[in-house]
Amino acid sequence: MKVVGLKCRICGKEFPAEAIYTCDNCFGPLEVVYDWEWIKEHATKEKIERGPKSLWRYKDFLPVDVEPVDLGAGYTKFVKAENLGKVLGLKNLFLIDDSVNPTYSFKDRVVSVAVTKAKEFGMKAVGCASTGNLAGSLSAHAAKANIPAYIFVPKGIEKNKIIQALVHGATVVEVDGTYDDANRVATEVAEEHPDWGFVNINLRPYYADGSKTLAYEAAERLGWTLPDQVVVPMASGALLNAIFRGFRDLERVGFVDEKDVIFNGSQPYGLPISRAVKYGKSVEPVKKMDTIVHSLAIGNPADGIFAKEIIEKTGGFAEDPKDEETIEAVKLLAKTEGIFTELAGGVTIAGLKRLVEDGRIDSSDVVVAYLTGNGLKTADPILEYLNDTVKIKPRLEEFEEVIA
Amino acid sequence: MIKVKFPSVFVQITGKRRIEVDGVEKVSDLLEKLFQDFPKLKDRLLKDGELTPFINIFVNGEDIRHLNGLETKLSDGDEVTFIPAISGG
Repeated sequence: MKVVGLKCRICGKEFPAEAIYTCDNCFGPLEVVYDWEWIKEHATKEKIERGPKSLWRYKDFLPVDVEPVDLGAGYTKFVKAENLGKVLGLKNLFLIDDSVNPTYSFKDRVVSVAVTKAKEFGMKAVGCASTGNLAGSLSAHAAKANIPAYIFVPKGIEKNKIIQALVHGATVVEVDGTYDDANRVATEVAEEHPDWGFVNINLRPYYADGSKTLAYEAAERLGWTLPDQVVVPMASGALLNAIFRGFRDLERVGFVDEKDVIFNGSQPYGLPISRAVKYGKSVEPVKKMDTIVHSLAIGNPADGIFAKEIIEKTGGFAEDPKDEETIEAVKLLAKTEGIFTELAGGVTIAGLKRLVEDGRIDSSDVVVAYLTGNGLKTADPILEYLNDTVKIKPRLEEFEEVIA
Repeated sequence: MIKVKFPSVFVQITGKRRIEVDGVEKVSDLLEKLFQDFPKLKDRLLKDGELTPFINIFVNGEDIRHLNGLETKLSDGDEVTFIPAISGG
């Protein structure tokens, strides 16, 4: 069997592979333990390359046994960003563009794995707390799996993201508070209904591993080599952790040579993980979050201490761009590469820009930057920073005057 | 009377998920009382005298780290909830 069980990330106590997420010995979070001999026996590069053009090409590395709930997530665009690279002074900049996932964000990767696991466990419903992207993704995958979905969102999230969730038939519960409030309520609901699969709560160990495919894809598309540096947007810090573990997995099975990849994170100004790394503090929760980047606005990041540890031990850094820089970065990416990313992707690019300017990334470094979602999801805040339309009467001469 | 809610992972220690506690004025008093009643909880919640970062404590839905920490006052009818620190994607 590929999955051996679960293990506490803090004290190492082992548990069976059930829908549990907290160690009963030290209350630390759990992660999936794999049988690496099984994986080595079953997985080959050739098998992956012949596999579906989705994250399920890496099924031998993912913690499920049944037929996946698959909308086609993953194996998204991998772009050598020549134009943006030129502007920033990077010769080998690559982007993984998850704006083209089935529900337009990277969450489809984790949700596809988690909903498959919910199906495997025979769960009666699925749910999540969401800043928006997860809501849309979970609703769509639940619809495909024919399982009811309950989604807890904070008041004031982008309307597009709620529309997505509603159109797929989920029950969307708008909590009068922040994401952290919605998350607390969802956790309490998950505790009351153990036969419901809350993807980022009691299915979290499995869910989180879906993001490891962002590491697998980067390596595969770099010809089975690892990059020198990565730049990852951070909310809870789970994504950065997953990418780190993903590279390790590939080293472990011998698909890539070992390499010390430098991990950099980026988070809107004032949020806990970047603040802790940048100013040498511990990761302390933040109550008031003053940013337009709602999808990264988690004041109490569960994986924050782990993300900080990885950044520090790999010699990376965490940047904390202001909202104006993020908007400029969204525009820069759109104008140079033709990719319209959501604000979180703008945080990645704004962070990357700072890292280059500060001399933390060399011009020849192979860099992979992660764009986690589609710009149309967070279009409203951008609108006021764009040029207005050119208005003319319906006459050719008027247009000729415009371009004269 | 303070209403206290535990996560399921406490049940092997506390026996149940909901209890009521009398005669405590602040969160630290409540913890002291819980540690007397359930000594194993003390071993697991405290590491080197510090509360584990993996369990968050809420008073009426508010994280005590945003209130007055362990000094947060409790009054009759308040609800204290222990929740594993899980959030985000």
